[in-house]
Amino acid sequence: MLLYCRPGESVFRRLSNFVAGFASLLGGVAVRQGMTDPRVAGVGLTHFGSHPARTSRDLFAEAGLAALDDAGVDPADVEGVFYGNFMGEISEHQGHQGPLMAEAIGVDAPATRYESACASSGVALRQAVRDVRNGEADVLVVGGAERMTNLDTEETTEALAIAADDLYEVRAGLTFPGAYALMAAAYFDEHGGGREDLAEIAVKNHANAVGNEHAQFQREITVADALDAPMVAEPLGLYDACPITDGASAAVLVSESYADEHDLDAGVAVTGTGQGGDKMALHDRDALAHTPAAADAADEAFADAGISTDDVDVAEVHDCFTIAEVLALEGMGFFEEGEGIRAAADGVTTRDGDLPVNLSGGLKAKGHPVGATGVSQLAELTSLLRGDHHNSEHVSDARVGVAHNAGGTVASATVHVLETKE
Amino acid sequence: MNDGHDDFLDALESGNGYYLECANGHGSLPPRTVCPHCGDRDLSETALPESGTLDSYTVVHVPTPAFADEAPYVTAVADFGAVRLTGRVLADEESVDIGDEVSASVGGEEESRSVVFEPR
Repeated sequence: MLLYCRPGESVFRRLSNFVAGFASLLGGVAVRQGMTDPRVAGVGLTHFGSHPARTSRDLFAEAGLAALDDAGVDPADVEGVFYGNFMGEISEHQGHQGPLMAEAIGVDAPATRYESACASSGVALRQAVRDVRNGEADVLVVGGAERMTNLDTEETTEALAIAADDLYEVRAGLTFPGAYALMAAAYFDEHGGGREDLAEIAVKNHANAVGNEHAQFQREITVADALDAPMVAEPLGLYDACPITDGASAAVLVSESYADEHDLDAGVAVTGTGQGGDKMALHDRDALAHTPAAADAADEAFADAGISTDDVDVAEVHDCFTIAEVLALEGMGFFEEGEGIRAAADGVTTRDGDLPVNLSGGLKAKGHPVGATGVSQLAELTSLLRGDHHNSEHVSDARVGVAHNAGGTVASATVHVLETKE
Repeated sequence: MNDGHDDFLDALESGNGYYLECANGHGSLPPRTVCPHCGDRDLSETALPESGTLDSYTVVHVPTPAFADEAPYVTAVADFGAVRLTGRVLADEESVDIGDEVSASVGGEEESRSVVFEPR
């Protein structure tokens, strides 16, 4: 059991979360009476990549129908669509995308768009999980879509920047890569490490994407490739950054009783959900190289599921930049602060390591269609736990997976725990 | 026009920079109705210290369209005690380092005005 305390966090709070997790482990029925964990009945993804002429409704139709088909669920049974999208107004002059997406998959039910920057479908997932758990619904579609490559690089950079504080960050020249570069530089200053360590993360995630038919970059790179690439925002280069991506993701969540009644093959459940928040602007936070929102989300999700970090077999984390993977793993308590930077280089998080991270290829190599990313992590983990993922052979005994989705410079974060069930 | 933000920049530009301070000594930037750190509603304008230190900086090579002619340029977060600011550093990138002392002023014009730092 890891019980690291982060700066500014009381031992009491950490312990109380641990106790809560332990209590739900022992007495889940008593703690969550009447609640059943939603089952992931089906998942669907488009290819993540450059599809500039495809509308988000077109992309979501492909992912949503794939998920419904995978689930074997009648669209008429779907009671709601929970959909994540970040920049639809900018990229395709389209707000109010919820109903459009329900139509796109032939569902006649209320549909809502959730927006929390890059965590948009992570928060959509969280709301759907809660609704199924609370008995509000038996069948929900969750997902997200983003169309990005119809804009040029400068336009996309501007669109992504609106996830930061416009008055005090963006006007001062801060871009999104720039913001993560500030976090990386602060991390190096505080803990050591350097660009070579970050390059190992990019190399790992590219290697993981080989064979992933959904991934934008299905090819390996070398440390030298990463170090020699052009700078985006120092110390981050092109290979430290996720690409600009079009794509969509979807999943069908059902109650345990619906799965039983319809004899669905739905052996993966979402057993924990957590969300954390932080100040919007980096300069308003206590420290630049920590992500307490991820810590809070993980504490809540792990306690909810009754697990500890030691129980986790595989993780998908939000590596929009290589440094973000480090901050995510430390924030969630898998590594002490200052130690996550070496995890990829030391082989701990590679596919044959103790904790394989981003077996999908991560945002780095699989791609990052912003609003689709949170649910795409759910889709990848579900496949990994079911055993039908291109990297399943590396985690054949995996029972517990964790998804970490972050918005902005982690002013929003969600963590979800997935577990195999009988 | 952005009430509060414009006033902040006007003051900083004229050499009378300030931040908002709550009864518990936390700093924040306007417009604020409550302290974002503790929720205190008793906010007053406190003079911004003349000197801050760079907590972190980056050299931006891929800019937004607004800064297309500036790149590469340095953007940094500087610590002024109770409050920190984000701004461009008006210095050659080779000469900038974490821990450097800077003063804050205003660069750009009208809607593109923003905080800038100059080495001290």
